[in-house]
Amino acid sequence: MELSFSPDELAFRAEVRAFIRDNLPEDIRAFAHRSGYYKADQVRRWQKILDSRGWAAGHWPVEFGGPGWTAVQRYIFNEELLRAPAPEPLSFNINMVGPVIYTFGTEEQKSRFLPKIRSLDWWFCQGFSEPGAGSDLAALKTSAVTDGDSYVINGQKIWTSTAQHADWMFALVRTDPKAPKKQMGISFLLIDMNTPGIDVRPIVTIDGEHHTNEVFFDNVRVPAENLIGEENKGWDYAKFLLGSERTGIARVGLSKGRMDRALELARVAPVYGGARLIEDPGFRQRALKLQVELKALEISALRIIDRQRRNPSDKPDAASSILKLRGAETQQASAELLADAAGPSAAPFFDFREMFSDNEVPQGVARADGAMRVHFAARPATIYGGASEVQKNIIAKAILGFKDKP
Amino acid sequence: MNFEYSDEQALLSDAVTRFVSDRYGLAGVRSAAETKDGVTAANWQGMADMGLLGMPFPEQAGGFGGGPVETQIVMEAFGRGHVLDPWVGGVLLPGALLSALDPARLTELVPDVATGDLVLALAHEEDGARYVTAQVVTNARRCGNGWRLSGRKVNVLAGAAANRLFVTARTAGAEADEDGISVFEVPVDAPGLSRTAYRQYDGQTVAALTLDDVSLPDGALVGDEGEAFSALELALDTATAAICAEAVGATETMLHATVDYLKTRQQFGGPLSRFQVLQHRCAEMYVAVEQARSMALYAAVSLGLEDRDERRRAISAAKVQCAESARFAGQNAVQMHGGIGVTDELLVGHLFRRTTMIERQFGDAGHHLARLDRLGGLDNQMGE
Ligand SMILES: Cc1cc2nc3c(=O)[nH]c(=O)nc-3n(C[C@H](O)[C@H](O)[C@H](O)COP(=O)(O)OP(=O)(O)OC[C@H]3O[C@@H](n4cnc5c(N)ncnc54)[C@H](O)[C@@H]3O)c2cc1C
Repeated sequence: MELSFSPDELAFRAEVRAFIRDNLPEDIRAFAHRSGYYKADQVRRWQKILDSRGWAAGHWPVEFGGPGWTAVQRYIFNEELLRAPAPEPLSFNINMVGPVIYTFGTEEQKSRFLPKIRSLDWWFCQGFSEPGAGSDLAALKTSAVTDGDSYVINGQKIWTSTAQHADWMFALVRTDPKAPKKQMGISFLLIDMNTPGIDVRPIVTIDGEHHTNEVFFDNVRVPAENLIGEENKGWDYAKFLLGSERTGIARVGLSKGRMDRALELARVAPVYGGARLIEDPGFRQRALKLQVELKALEISALRIIDRQRRNPSDKPDAASSILKLRGAETQQASAELLADAAGPSAAPFFDFREMFSDNEVPQGVARADGAMRVHFAARPATIYGGASEVQKNIIAKAILGFKDKP
Repeated sequence: MNFEYSDEQALLSDAVTRFVSDRYGLAGVRSAAETKDGVTAANWQGMADMGLLGMPFPEQAGGFGGGPVETQIVMEAFGRGHVLDPWVGGVLLPGALLSALDPARLTELVPDVATGDLVLALAHEEDGARYVTAQVVTNARRCGNGWRLSGRKVNVLAGAAANRLFVTARTAGAEADEDGISVFEVPVDAPGLSRTAYRQYDGQTVAALTLDDVSLPDGALVGDEGEAFSALELALDTATAAICAEAVGATETMLHATVDYLKTRQQFGGPLSRFQVLQHRCAEMYVAVEQARSMALYAAVSLGLEDRDERRRAISAAKVQCAESARFAGQNAVQMHGGIGVTDELLVGHLFRRTTMIERQFGDAGHHLARLDRLGGLDNQMGE
């Protein structure tokens, strides 16, 4: 039993840290420090830098440009990026569509898409959810009808994050509306976002930003060669996609980075009697409890990685629901701690779409523009990627053996 | 013991509720977004016509003699419909300060406040002061027959719309001393004064003020020199009680919206409302709303207490409960709405931003627990 990283793993961590320190462009670092997120061009630039170092696709097989890391190295790498903070390689590309293509795609699809997915020359968005298909994803209705050597797509996706930046979408569409089970008539398609008939409309979220969209399809023609795997097998690929590389989803490093920032603010924030917030017993207890929770989560993530290393399996590990559930909750708790540490300094709405916002308030000592934004932006963490309630259903059924109907 | 509203109070409640449902909600969010100074002219006029702008002032001063319970009624209704027009900042808060410091000056102003011609504002909070009320660095020094003020104020409620500003400044003492804080009336066009309007996350428009050696006549001093702290604290407690009531209204709307949404939203072949885990969560929200309502009432009736410490304990206790209820109800309303809850499309998302700000406005739960602790807890049960 050894709970700490080996000397090799520590050396790897030092190498990653040094690389980030020496190569992360200053404007990206500064913007992230202030806002808690990144702009699309910053994500693109950084992924190119990582790709030229061979680090853009940590868990991909070496033949498709992966670095050949162990699961622990992958974990360390992601945590270091999150804590720095530096942008993670675009998850839609690297964790989602890439593995689907190299596992189920044709040789042509692999050579056409994988290099550009890795380097982010092509930005993918995820077209799964629909107005009537959220937690119940298999209820999706967007239809794809064969016509010669193309599919004709009609319908609507919603919550399509980053569609406004995307070159491509990977989508679940219904190819067989008469299939006996609704999971059985679904296919997995790659759709060029420049195809006529696609209309992307912004959705503004409670943090005041434009991350996500509605996407409408009006007779959109997609070449049949963009089908991944077999027709009507899309649900299997989607399950594979949602189950792959789940160990990073706790995003412990992100929460630690938020805590770092909260404590930085708490060291200067005054409280009654000439003291600082960092000395306040209530605040300290909250921060300490969060530290404990994050430590537990980190060890749980590494335990799951270790178990998968010893018993490799294609099936997602139901215990990774722990990571999604507590991971999302600790992301929210750390964001809330940050907002509380910032206090009234975080009240002004800051429009990060522009680096120098119209709404910019001249503020001095406790500049904390991003704190409230981070808090609001963290709320959907317990909704997307399987809501917390759904994660609990998975634990209850798959692990504890409860049944819907006794 | 009697929790019933009087006939007049019941009428007020009905009238304000109607006014709010006619004009606010999502429509109010949109009209507020179009204003530059945060006051929607037609709605402010509507408030004047209903007597709301003169409501909290004594009748002898030309007001309508409403007390804390009337304020509680108004604010609960404002919370239900997400009223962004700055009634607390432009009327209640500066009014409470003046009524404690300089009632004669208030009497002069009330008629114009009541008609909506005059919007007041209290500029007190300073950059980085967090919730420390005595943290005043802006300074005022005597200069011949008058005063000169320099400093910066932030997050001034109603500060962009105000045409009469009351500014706290230090006339003696060190940075966070309670003694030595004074209040000055500053004309909005005073040379050396600049105002920047900006929006907060909840959609309210506030202002930052910079005072660069602003010269004021002797008569600008409001009340006694260096003695403003306890009036300031009373005014902030008054405003705190008001936003506790606002939290009750806002969480009540979120609760009803969530229950309705769960009954209509279909997933997995039926309405989400059939999941008991969500029913129980709504039941907890209901409890949270009712607990907040109780403490908002407690806050309102405690404002009139002679014993300053008793008042402060009650207000802090109420703020702790209302912040916690706002947090629980707000976060869970959003959660149970799923994706649509984190957007601008439904009122729930807007109300959530407001309740999130209410949690922290005039001191968060941590701040008020610490104040309650210093005062020995409720009834001084934990004191010496
Ligand atoms: C900011 C954001 C970004 C997103 N990005 C993308 C994207 O890029 N691509 C994409 O395809 N999708 C995306 N999504 C969609 C996301 O996956 C869905 O929001 C999620 O699946 C929940 O669906 P819903 O919003 O329709 O909520 P619903 O399914 O309507 O559920 C509402 C709430 O009900 C509760 N609930 C649901 N089911 C159950 C149950 N069985 N038992 C108990 N309680 C339950 C949960 O609290 C849930 O939050 C995004 C969502 C958000 C908010």
